[in-house]
Amino acid sequence: MRGGDFAMLKSKGLLIDITRCIGCHECERACAEANGLPQDAASDLSATHYTYLRSFNNETVFVRRLCMHCNEPTCVSACLVGAFRKTETGAVLYDESKCIGCRYCMQACPFEVPRYEWGSLAPKIQKCRMCYERVAGGRQTACAEACPAGATIFGDRDDLVREARSRIDANPGSYVDYIYGLNEAGGTSVLFLSAIPFEKLGFPMNVPKEPIPDLSWRVLSQVPKYAVAAGVVLFGVNWITARRTDVARFEAEERRAREQRAGGSGVRP
Amino acid sequence: MRIPGALKLTFWKSVAIVLMALGFAAAVQRYAFGLGATTNLKDTFPWGIWIGFDILVGVGLAAGGFTIAATVYIFRIERFRPILRPTILTAFLGYLLVIAGLMVDLGRPWAIWHAIIMWNPHSVMFEVAWCVMLYTTVLALEFSPVVLERFRLRRTLRVIRAITIPLVVLGVILSTLHQSSLGSLFLIIPGRMHPLWYSNIIPFLFIISCVAAGLAMTIVESFLSSRAFGREVELPLLSELARVIVVVLALYFTVRVQDLMARDALQYVFTATYQSAMFLVEIVLGVLLPFGLLLSRRVRESKTGLFYSAALVLLGFVAHRMNTAITSMEHWPDRLYIPSVQEFAVTLGLAAFGFTAFAVVARYFNVFGEAPHVEEPAGEPEAPGVLPARAD
Repeated sequence: MRGGDFAMLKSKGLLIDITRCIGCHECERACAEANGLPQDAASDLSATHYTYLRSFNNETVFVRRLCMHCNEPTCVSACLVGAFRKTETGAVLYDESKCIGCRYCMQACPFEVPRYEWGSLAPKIQKCRMCYERVAGGRQTACAEACPAGATIFGDRDDLVREARSRIDANPGSYVDYIYGLNEAGGTSVLFLSAIPFEKLGFPMNVPKEPIPDLSWRVLSQVPKYAVAAGVVLFGVNWITARRTDVARFEAEERRAREQRAGGSGVRP
Repeated sequence: MRIPGALKLTFWKSVAIVLMALGFAAAVQRYAFGLGATTNLKDTFPWGIWIGFDILVGVGLAAGGFTIAATVYIFRIERFRPILRPTILTAFLGYLLVIAGLMVDLGRPWAIWHAIIMWNPHSVMFEVAWCVMLYTTVLALEFSPVVLERFRLRRTLRVIRAITIPLVVLGVILSTLHQSSLGSLFLIIPGRMHPLWYSNIIPFLFIISCVAAGLAMTIVESFLSSRAFGREVELPLLSELARVIVVVLALYFTVRVQDLMARDALQYVFTATYQSAMFLVEIVLGVLLPFGLLLSRRVRESKTGLFYSAALVLLGFVAHRMNTAITSMEHWPDRLYIPSVQEFAVTLGLAAFGFTAFAVVARYFNVFGEAPHVEEPAGEPEAPGVLPARAD
């Protein structure tokens, strides 16, 4: 369930080099085709757009948006019925047969990726699946395959990290010295390289550099201890107050008995 | 005990009926056309007032249930017994309304039972779900004697009486866990929340604030009942509760400000933004003002003073939870949320239903009367036993 279980697996990923993107939108088209989604222009991620190419600087710089496929996904930990899972390919998948529709995953995702079928009466969460079936069958993702400029490449995450590092080292002038996704939220399967500082391209820079599920687990793991301690204190207090009530009652009875005996003579000391 | 006038239409009854009808219509619309057509929720703002108010505030206002139950049963401070039953009823109805609100808000409400068998203990929502289920059951059992007495089910009544203490202990644990877990829900969203509200002590703040709010709700509920049923208000008891509220507000304020200072977030208080304004409403109107008012004995012991101070405490509480869930996530101009007409209608309808249900239950069951002591004739030993002795 937690990311640690996958540490041994060769997790796949995507490296998106923003400097190489030519803005042809082939990734959007291929993604829609592979997932059976409508071929219409996207204005943001949506229930029918798993990836979206956002343009900056008068349409000279293009930035893909898609699920980051975190190593320790916040959605996996947030979902109360376990509708999300991190798969062996690295893809984070959603299972609508479990979902109750609380939308905590949408609230929790640090990259605001999960989208909702607001118009549906049986709404599902929709997001990039990193072409799970294709990848499990040994192929690469549709977007990487379709990219004519090599801006999105597919591979083992470890190799992609090395590749990203060597591109920065080979051309330090053309890149900011930062691999987005290397450490964000404890690391993601999708990595970005850019020539322009990431904060100017709409990337959230305040995403913790540790696995986000830890933030809740720190509190959740204390619950059993709290319950036991509170139980002991409350039963303890109850024991004391019950005893006090008993003593008061006993004393009252004794006094009454004594009074009755003394009252028999009709004279009080 | 059928009371004449139950069917007479008064102003507030008409208001309640209209609100319930509108809420019902909005709920029907939501089930017929979906969340998108009836709410202003969107991908960038997936939680609205049905979560922020109906659930977070609803649960908070029910907090009187565990404080008064613990006071009477665990600490055995018997003089609070007269307000026990109405408070438990408020809490129980509060939780039923929370579940009703949840059924409207959830996208796939028919799957809600999945929470019982599909476990993810790493999810705060999992803790929330189990607290709702278990504590609603506990509240039903805590309130059950009122119903059992009415129908003279003595044997069942005896069983419930026998497990009262464990039940109340369980109730306190579940209720405090639930309040804190509603705060913990937000721990996982460090990036998007305004620093005036995001803090790793939200769960702790939620526990402190709910104690003040639960007691304030008890006061307000007593006043409303006294008007509705022509009863005398238990003023000395309520003044005592007000003193507790003063202490809790002081603690809350200290912890809140210390937390802001520790996170270097105090600077945002005076930034003249929408968020800073909402924060000031929350703290000045909802914490400092009632704190100052209730410090005065005159206010605490006057009916109007007490009522309006308690109302301010509730305002501050509602503001804190709504600000945490909504205001703190709003960001101009790309992330704004104004509830739709249907969202308001459902929320107001549920509140009206709560008041109506309380009135109906109070009318037909022995909610305000002294709880008859069934087994022990020496149920209140101190008073008759101890006092004559001191007259010696």
